[in-house]
Amino acid sequence: MNYRLEPQPYEWISRDNAIRFTFEGREFQAFEGDSISSGLLANGQSILGRSFKYHRPRGALTLANHDVNALFQTDEKPNVRGDVVALEPGMTLTACNVNGTVIKDKDAKIEYAARFLPVGFYYKTFHKPKKLFPFWEKIIRSKAGLGQVNTQWDAQRQSKSYAFCDLLVIGAGLSGMQSALAAADAQLNVVLVDENPFIGGSLDYQLAHEPRVKALRESLKASVSTHPNIRLYTSTLAVGWYTDHYLPLLTPHGIIKLRSRAVVHATGVMEQPAVFRNNDLPGVMMASGIQRLISRYAVKPGQNALVLTSNDEGYRAALDMCEAGIAVVAVVDMESIAQRGEWAERVLAKGIRVLEKHGIYEAIGRQSVQRVIVAPLSGESCDLAKKDVIDCDLIAMSVGWVPAAQLIYQAGGKLSYDETLQQFVPESLPKGIFVCGRLNGAFTVDQRISDAKAVAQEAVAFLKGQHEPRDLSQYRDTTAHSHPWPIIEHPKGKNFIDFDEDLQLKDLKNAILEGFDNIELLKRFSTVGMGPSQGKHSNMNAIRVLARAQGLSINATGSTTARPFFHPVPISALAGRRFRPERRSPLHAWHEAHQAKFMEAGVWLRPEYYGASSARLDCIQEEVEAVRSRLGIIDVSTLGKIEVMGPDAARLLDLAYTMKMSTLKQGMTRYALMVDDSGVIIDDGIVGRVASDQFYVTATTSHADATYKVLSKYVQFCRLNVRLVNRTGSLAAINLAGPESRKVLAPLTSISLSESDFPYLGMREGLLCGYPVRLIRVGFVGELGYEIHLPHDAALEVWQRLMAAGQTVGIKPFGVEAQRILRLEKGHIIIGQDTDGLTHPYEVGMSWAVPLNSKAWFTGKPSLARLKSSCQRQLVGFKLAQGAPKDLVKECHLVIDNNEMVGRVTSVAYSPTQQCVIGLVMLDQPYADTSNPIHIRVDDGRLIRGERCRLPFYDPEGIRQTSAVEEVLL
Amino acid sequence: MKLLECPVIGKRPISEFDYMGEIRIPPLAADEKTWSEYVFNRKGAPCSLKEAWYHRPTGRWYVVVRNTLTDEIEAHVDISEVQYELPA
Repeated sequence: MNYRLEPQPYEWISRDNAIRFTFEGREFQAFEGDSISSGLLANGQSILGRSFKYHRPRGALTLANHDVNALFQTDEKPNVRGDVVALEPGMTLTACNVNGTVIKDKDAKIEYAARFLPVGFYYKTFHKPKKLFPFWEKIIRSKAGLGQVNTQWDAQRQSKSYAFCDLLVIGAGLSGMQSALAAADAQLNVVLVDENPFIGGSLDYQLAHEPRVKALRESLKASVSTHPNIRLYTSTLAVGWYTDHYLPLLTPHGIIKLRSRAVVHATGVMEQPAVFRNNDLPGVMMASGIQRLISRYAVKPGQNALVLTSNDEGYRAALDMCEAGIAVVAVVDMESIAQRGEWAERVLAKGIRVLEKHGIYEAIGRQSVQRVIVAPLSGESCDLAKKDVIDCDLIAMSVGWVPAAQLIYQAGGKLSYDETLQQFVPESLPKGIFVCGRLNGAFTVDQRISDAKAVAQEAVAFLKGQHEPRDLSQYRDTTAHSHPWPIIEHPKGKNFIDFDEDLQLKDLKNAILEGFDNIELLKRFSTVGMGPSQGKHSNMNAIRVLARAQGLSINATGSTTARPFFHPVPISALAGRRFRPERRSPLHAWHEAHQAKFMEAGVWLRPEYYGASSARLDCIQEEVEAVRSRLGIIDVSTLGKIEVMGPDAARLLDLAYTMKMSTLKQGMTRYALMVDDSGVIIDDGIVGRVASDQFYVTATTSHADATYKVLSKYVQFCRLNVRLVNRTGSLAAINLAGPESRKVLAPLTSISLSESDFPYLGMREGLLCGYPVRLIRVGFVGELGYEIHLPHDAALEVWQRLMAAGQTVGIKPFGVEAQRILRLEKGHIIIGQDTDGLTHPYEVGMSWAVPLNSKAWFTGKPSLARLKSSCQRQLVGFKLAQGAPKDLVKECHLVIDNNEMVGRVTSVAYSPTQQCVIGLVMLDQPYADTSNPIHIRVDDGRLIRGERCRLPFYDPEGIRQTSAVEEVLL
Repeated sequence: MKLLECPVIGKRPISEFDYMGEIRIPPLAADEKTWSEYVFNRKGAPCSLKEAWYHRPTGRWYVVVRNTLTDEIEAHVDISEVQYELPA
């Protein structure tokens, strides 16, 4: 049977475009623009899902994502919200929480055990006896989950974009459109967002047949759509509020991060259910849900409707249903009809039966509503002596509203309960947060327009810096639109407060009796409001129940905290695209062309090694071997490079580094160790003296910016006459290392390289291949070597000429991995790898770098003076027996003694020079003080024995790096 | 506070800044207890705190007084007012 109505004036569906889709294997037809729920309802499929706990049949309730009765599984996604997700051609759907089909769910029998499954049952029952818990856990998990994750998912990334505006207006209903327009007319740059695909809000479903708003609707819609100062985003949710009005807008194409100067909330209200027995049967709907279904999708939810109401909106819904050809069998008003205005008169004029001061005691039906028991209200319960049974297949509930104030709560706004409206309304708002419309208690069309214009005026004044907070209550309605107690008790229960979690009235009452009598405790114990709809339809009634039970006012009972996000946000939208800018050295293209395998080093990409990844270890070993026996060349452009100039330059470096730099001779360099106030090592590098008032400082790749920051702090806070220039990016650097380095370099440079003119640790300026360079004799890898610092643009040419010149001696480019092995053989530490956030110089054998006596002050000195005599750890060298597997021991493996951890491996590698695996371990001091062997627990749990070694492993006298190789070899 | 209103460069996102904590002068001739207080302890209670903020793109330091309860900048302080001497 087809439930589609004649075309409605503001419908969202496109009748020219039919869509075919399947649900539970059956094929259906709907129209483009249908939501999944409306498409199914149009085909008479009134059961859309099963409830979470008892597997009760559930149908449409709000059509607005304020409930999750209709959750679907597609091929790709679980938990697709049928109310708000548009149907796509060829969609294949099943219900999420069903064992079988929605009509025949095998798990529905759980309901018969319902009275044995009170709130808290799981917490209390399954933890004893402990050994059975894994058994229960398995069963509970299989029953508890919603949906199936497709693990073969496609990686989808959505771009994030950024936007700015003066004023964000959330909600494009009557109030939102009016306030956006007024603000835009006042020359504000406005962004207007609405979660729906079309603007208009309740105008188009609650007031669809109201002739008095027809002209207003058309003019507002046309104006906001074309106004040059308004950017309109539909199908877009403001999902959270963050400090200084930073709001993620979730669009179908990803997140827009919007920075606004102020925000107007015109988010309206969410309709609340009445609580009576079987209020969750398919066919029981919010009146606004029925109006949405009719106006947006032209779908008829039933044939014979009964309206339960306590406000004008219920009568309006009755009239709308008549218009749609639904027979309204009765309007049941929980209060007196005398206070209803023209809407009630129009309902009576149609000859519809109105029962005043009545309530619904019970809905009856197996899979959907068939009959209703109504009875006069006597106090707050039904007088069953005068009950009446009315046949109907649709119940419209119109008993109250709550403001959609989640984002206001997030921003730190306060709401209080208004006894006139029986609704929460904003009371105090943070700076730049404004409200209007039904959210603010303005209900009639005139009130909403006035409120919206007033809020626009207020926002404009605020943005001009002339803000006077307005009286928020000025345009509030004077009659209640919510019933203070829309709850009818029933001895057999099944009167649901939370549809997500199958929570009945008695569940909350029991929780309160058990002592969970604070709203936050009640929520956590009973899980009310913790389901996927996050309390949108359940929090208010839970507060009313708790307030009543405690004898407190609603204000004294309070409300739970709302946190981001307002609506689930897909991980793909949160992740966005990878945006991690990486720095590349000027030689990057050369490395790429020569089979470099890159690794991340801080923000840089550096060659790890050159060659095929299948032969990784061999490539690295060959690179090491080239440096040791012939010549290697490595790109060290990533080093931090800072020029320090001015009369106080030496003084600055004395303060910032442990060692004394003021005594450094011109043309010489010195190792530079930086510690923080607590004495922990944070960086190292070298300091070279260019002139009496000029130094050249290098820092480690990943700490370069931080070192610049530390130095600039002294300059600015200690009033030093120093100029700092961070040249990390403008200079490149190349390390030419190996016994043949001098021979190859000499013909290319104007600088004399003889041992007497240019000794170890010297620094010289001159020309290399015609470019101005600084050469530094360094010994990091433990061979004769020259670090060449040169202009960025000269790097490629110089590198290529060095490669060409080194061809005859077998020069080889080497990567970071070979450099790590080379320095390990020399026992040189890498900050951040061999040290951690607690390591001080005495733990790594660097007491020589801490001149406690000769310097009056340097950062960390008092701490190091204290730490000198109380070392807790020590870095120690070790090696494995020759022939031990090369990759058995890894960094971070633990050193074990008598089943206790006594240390960890910080560096380890196979050393081609030593012909065995060597490494460094950080040992606890007591164990370091012994001479016991080192037992390392490897991945498979075995303990591998290593012998302690003195450092360095290679060339302990340091002959090879400090003097001419020819002389050494003689 | 996600935007920092700076007297020199205007309103900037705080992601451009490094927060460097309260302006504190190292106690030079301190006993061990005073020194460890300085190294390890920070003011945690809400107050108006004189703080250093480092602006990474320009390499410049700013000194502000911030109310750590409301997270609002109450005043900007000229750096010369908080400069100190260290022994040579």
